[in-house]
Amino acid sequence: MKHGTFLTFVAPSLLAMILLIVFPVVSVIIQSFHAQHEQVIEMVESCGPFGCSETATINQEATEALREAEPLGRFVGFDNYVNRGHLAFAELGEAWRSSDTWGEWWTKVMNLPFYSAIVFTLTFTFIVTPLTIALGFAIAVAVNASVQKIRGPLIFISLLPFIINPIVGSLVLFWMVDARGILGQLIQWIAADPDLSVKASTPMMWIMLMVYGIWHSAPFAFVVFYAGLQTINQDTNEAAMIDGANRWQRVRYVTIPHIMPLVTFVALIQLMDNFRVFEPLISFSAEAHAQSLSTYILSDLTGETVLYNSAAATSMLTVICVGILLFPVLVRTWRDFKRA
Amino acid sequence: MSHSPTHRRLPGTLQFLLTTFLVVWLVMAAVPFLWTLWGSFKVEGDFFSKADWTNALTGELTIAETGGAFTGQGYYGAWVQEEFWRAVMNSAIVCFFVVTISLTCSTLAGYALSRSTYNYAFWLLIAALIFRAMPPITLVSGYLLPFFEWNLWGHLSTTIIVLVAINQPFSLWMMTSFFRNIPKDLDESAMVDGCNRFQAFRHVILPVMWPGVITTGLFSFLLAYNDFAVTALLLDKENQTMIPKIASFLGTTQTKGNVMFAVAAVISATAPLFVLIMFFQRQIVSGLTAGAVKG
Repeated sequence: MKHGTFLTFVAPSLLAMILLIVFPVVSVIIQSFHAQHEQVIEMVESCGPFGCSETATINQEATEALREAEPLGRFVGFDNYVNRGHLAFAELGEAWRSSDTWGEWWTKVMNLPFYSAIVFTLTFTFIVTPLTIALGFAIAVAVNASVQKIRGPLIFISLLPFIINPIVGSLVLFWMVDARGILGQLIQWIAADPDLSVKASTPMMWIMLMVYGIWHSAPFAFVVFYAGLQTINQDTNEAAMIDGANRWQRVRYVTIPHIMPLVTFVALIQLMDNFRVFEPLISFSAEAHAQSLSTYILSDLTGETVLYNSAAATSMLTVICVGILLFPVLVRTWRDFKRA
Repeated sequence: MSHSPTHRRLPGTLQFLLTTFLVVWLVMAAVPFLWTLWGSFKVEGDFFSKADWTNALTGELTIAETGGAFTGQGYYGAWVQEEFWRAVMNSAIVCFFVVTISLTCSTLAGYALSRSTYNYAFWLLIAALIFRAMPPITLVSGYLLPFFEWNLWGHLSTTIIVLVAINQPFSLWMMTSFFRNIPKDLDESAMVDGCNRFQAFRHVILPVMWPGVITTGLFSFLLAYNDFAVTALLLDKENQTMIPKIASFLGTTQTKGNVMFAVAAVISATAPLFVLIMFFQRQIVSGLTAGAVKG
């Protein structure tokens, strides 16, 4: 295809992506290096019965005017990145020096908002992704072993948790595990503790969020693996049988190698999706117990004073993390492309 | 694919285990929705029953409070009192325009990407993959300040354009992989016959591309319908779409003790998706596996 024709065809799509994905990223980068103007302080001489003294007061009008005129604020370099809300190098060092045990140090680190967000996000990503793949594979095998006629309805029901809006899906689950909901009461009954509440306990909240994550994405893994199971070469399978392979060996040496590329695909999509975990934390009102990178940005943007610069710095760090996460995939795609 | 039934038959215990597992999964997948659907016609005291969980099924307090075992109070409160219908209208507008604009852009671009052999086509797809991986909220933090400055904030049209852009990376991948399955010979022979690229696209590709367009359209619709990060932060209270509206119910109504509004709204927002899966199950499944088949 000629360059000119190509450009005409991709122009609308490319324009949309440049204007609303590339430019915002640039805007985020610029914002992350700025901070709001400080308040304008004026020295006012006030004279009273005991003589005159100079006091510092905030000139509200001047502050407003300055902030209005330059909404971007002043350039501060990497300050936003290293302050307490983000990488917090000073606090980390301080915690290191003042802690005697690893546990103590860890508690202090987890009190830093950025680190607690990234620890939750990574824990969520790396626990939910493999479990989703395992559950999805199990469902695929089970559906594949069922009678042909009922597979349509089975797939329909299995798709529900994935297609349903994440906010809605997690709300439905959250209402059920509420202390007064059916699952919440079941948990209380099992634990023999009538005051047990998911809302009040950090470990329970983390577990619930991950259970939701697996429940939500397992259907995706299932559909992909199920499609893969349909395309297994039956000749290979039969040849293996004739050669005396038992059921387990056939699964190990025929099915799994066939499914493996699909596992890589599902893992890639799941890593990307789980890393941006967002909606369940909103629905579960989990901010007291768990904060992900996405909800951390949201809380900066919707708080009483909107902290654009802090949100921008977190966004940049998040994008960098996504880059690191994707790097192996990009390298592999590049090699495949070169070879082709 | 299985022609001989012999090796499909599983030993009894294994079959039993798989069936049990399947039943457990189906219960996990379906019961939360059925439970909430049933509960949406009860009063709060029954839906969240401290006394006895069976109340949620029988609706004892519902009978005591309203006289019948089912009540439409939650739906009345959500749709009429809190004007949920406005949010539904806004969602419909947003979804319609996002799907049409996004499909037009991604169909054209996907076709070009599938037919180009130059390096830049590859790099464009890689860039799209990276964009696809970025959490939408990181972009939103880039929009807010400029949008406020240029008075673009709070309009449905702004949100539509933003959602179209966020939708592009995914749609591009899908349309490209779809067009790659349409043989090149088809449009190239048309060009040999004297068509230019646009005529070839118009007369040869357009008639055969609909299955791919429908599948991609479904996923664009789901993205627009399900979005929370963009719509919650870029829209005014006045023109909210469904999902941020539901989220705002939680803030305002939980304190008022009217969580049932949210329950009714949740069911109302889920119903269209339910119908969607029923009619388009085949397309959804083929769309989910589209990327995987290519590896």
